[in-house]
Amino acid sequence: MENEKFSLPNYNIPEDLETIVAITTLDRLYNWGRRSSVWPLMFGLACCAIEMIAAQASRYDMSRFGMEVMRPTPRQADMMLVSGTVTKKMLPAIIRLYNQMPEPKYVVAMGACASSGGPFKEGYNVVAGIDKFLPVDVYIPGCPPTPQALIAGLIKLQEKIDRQSIKKVRWYDRKKEDANYVPMPILGPDLIDVRRNAEIKQAAAAKESAS
Amino acid sequence: MTTPVLTPIADLTARFPGSVTKDERAGYSGFLVAKENLLEVAAAIRDEFGYDLLTAVTGVDYLAENKMEVVYHAYKTTGGPGLVFKVQVDRIDPVTVPSLVNIWPGVDFQEREAWDLLGIKFDGHPDLRRILMWEGYQGHPLRKDWKEPFFEEEVKPFKSRWPDGKHVFAEEKNPFRDNLNFPKNFDPDAYQPEAEKDLYSSLERFTLKSESGLKTDQIVVNMGPHHPSTHGVLRVAVTLEGETIMGLKPVMGYLHRNHDKIGERCTFLQILPYTDRLDYFNSMSNNFGYVITVEKLMKIPVAERAEYIRVIMAELSRIQNHLIFIGMLLNDLGTMYTPSLYAFEERELILDIFEAVSGARMMCNYFRFGGVVRDIPEDVMQKIKGLVQDRLPAKTDEMDRFLSENEVLVGRLKGVHVINAEDAAKFSVTGPVLRAAGVPYDLRRADPYGIYDRFDFDVAVRTHGDMMDNFLIRFDEIRQSLRILEQALKQIPQGPINSQKPQYQVRVPAGEAYGRIESPKGELAYYVVSNGKPNPYRYHVRPPSFVNLTAIEHICRGTKIQDFVALLAMLDIVMGELDR
Ligand code: SF4
Repeated sequence: MENEKFSLPNYNIPEDLETIVAITTLDRLYNWGRRSSVWPLMFGLACCAIEMIAAQASRYDMSRFGMEVMRPTPRQADMMLVSGTVTKKMLPAIIRLYNQMPEPKYVVAMGACASSGGPFKEGYNVVAGIDKFLPVDVYIPGCPPTPQALIAGLIKLQEKIDRQSIKKVRWYDRKKEDANYVPMPILGPDLIDVRRNAEIKQAAAAKESAS
Repeated sequence: MTTPVLTPIADLTARFPGSVTKDERAGYSGFLVAKENLLEVAAAIRDEFGYDLLTAVTGVDYLAENKMEVVYHAYKTTGGPGLVFKVQVDRIDPVTVPSLVNIWPGVDFQEREAWDLLGIKFDGHPDLRRILMWEGYQGHPLRKDWKEPFFEEEVKPFKSRWPDGKHVFAEEKNPFRDNLNFPKNFDPDAYQPEAEKDLYSSLERFTLKSESGLKTDQIVVNMGPHHPSTHGVLRVAVTLEGETIMGLKPVMGYLHRNHDKIGERCTFLQILPYTDRLDYFNSMSNNFGYVITVEKLMKIPVAERAEYIRVIMAELSRIQNHLIFIGMLLNDLGTMYTPSLYAFEERELILDIFEAVSGARMMCNYFRFGGVVRDIPEDVMQKIKGLVQDRLPAKTDEMDRFLSENEVLVGRLKGVHVINAEDAAKFSVTGPVLRAAGVPYDLRRADPYGIYDRFDFDVAVRTHGDMMDNFLIRFDEIRQSLRILEQALKQIPQGPINSQKPQYQVRVPAGEAYGRIESPKGELAYYVVSNGKPNPYRYHVRPPSFVNLTAIEHICRGTKIQDFVALLAMLDIVMGELDR
């Protein structure tokens, strides 16, 4: 337990016990565990995924920061790295993956496309940013972000985890029905976000032409 | 663009007087075929004139003339120039054209794409479903009168950005306040999504009775779009009998980013960075293909030094692509990570060079009409020389030595997923896969572009067409690329790097051009129609990954599902260009 952030300051632990005893809070213990083993979902969408692979490969070696254990199944993953353009056709699959992830779950939007639609925003099959559907923790700018930028973004995520409190995190909130669930969008004449059905219906009725 | 093998283009008009005419619009070439005679003419083009490789099929919507045109580009696997023929039909719904799928099976997916995006119905196509968008989507996006939800103006630069600069978010102008468009009075609560009945019925599910009287059933398995080894967001629906694949349909479009539509709104120069994002491993080759197409239209020369720089960049790009190919294939065979770490180490060195010349590791945006954007600095030149002369040959040999005779690897690759030369050409397969099947068809030789005719190199070719040959041919190609690079580095002259003045907007005369290059994955071609305006009227990409995938069902029927993942690696698909 050599993480200096782990033990609380101002507690004197006898020197011979320092390596085996730590005095800390539950939050710190949890956060320390979580930030040091972020397991990303092994999943790539577009060009940004290649930089994600490069960040894991020989030169940049992301595992130095404790987040290299890519899991192909969402059931074992903590973090979804949305690496690339989110298209309407792909969106239901992404939402399903997110819903299948157990908590804690974080979302990192890598690149311009995942953050806002990027160069392809005007495209008819492109979702202008994954944050329209999922709660994003960290945005990483770039097209594609360099591996250094990606690693910097993930370190930001770790800093964010450091400040969490299990009492307040979204996924342990009793009051909400199911804070981890995002309703599945439907592919109709266009992408139907079921949370916005009433609004869509109203706008469609108010449309001028029948096109 | 000189073509040394000057085989005369077949004169179709003499063979089919009346039904075939020369296309005499200014800037256009090829022949116009009457719709009624299309099948007959196409069969003659293949059998009598010997054009056995139909590389591209696409449509153009001539809204003002109230016509739809389907454009076919046919070539010979023995090399030489191609034959363009077109069918024009009235733009009344439904627009129908006979399907050529029985003559060149390789048109399968491309016809489906034309149906999906342009709404051209191909009569006689056995499985005409949407391919990039989903069933149930509204409209055919590439029609000129179809507007996307974030439509702002017909062409860029948009006035709101330049010169006025009063930009409003696209969301605020759309009635649905998002990138959405629904038909009038659409009720989302009552909507029943279309099940994918057509997809599954196209897989022909049937029951078998075995000898012992046991009733067995075939099952349908969906792989993807999220699957760790489908090389991106490809999905395949497979019918299995035990572990044997009986039928298979790829489902794509999960990364369809509307490249063509966005391209038609952009100016010629603005398209260039978008091409980087097609095959995102090889932005240099993508640039190359696009600029030579537009240069054909503009009829401008390329600066001598730039010609060499282009070749150097394209070949470096090929080397890193093939190294990654080898790493990924091994990954898919279960050698998790070690070979690909070796590959990535070399790739990083090549990316360093790209970054030094263009400023970006992956999305280089380095080529310009008439040349390239920046010169190669002297120290980078030395680095390239070091790589080409020492490091890369040694590392390639090392990889070869470590892998090629490994018994497990040979066992998994030899004799698996065979495609023979005839079938490969039939399915319009190009690139290393075609050459591994024994057809020495490499555009750098068969239809040279740039200055490839000045270099001494061999076209890598193997004969078995199985996975092993596909694996080995990548090593051959790396070695040939190194040969080309050595010559290019020796011969490269000093001088300007662009024959044109740097300009914001280029003038492109009206006409059509089809430019193609040998990208690391196969024939990458662009079809551009200009009407003299600053934006292309039609802009179409013919991606090798997409067309090569047409053969996939043919290759894997009867093989084991476990090997299928490796087949995707062998075809070397990349979703950015597959779905565009
Ligand atoms: S941000 Fe750029 S690099 Fe990343 S997916 Fe989008 S286009 Fe590709």
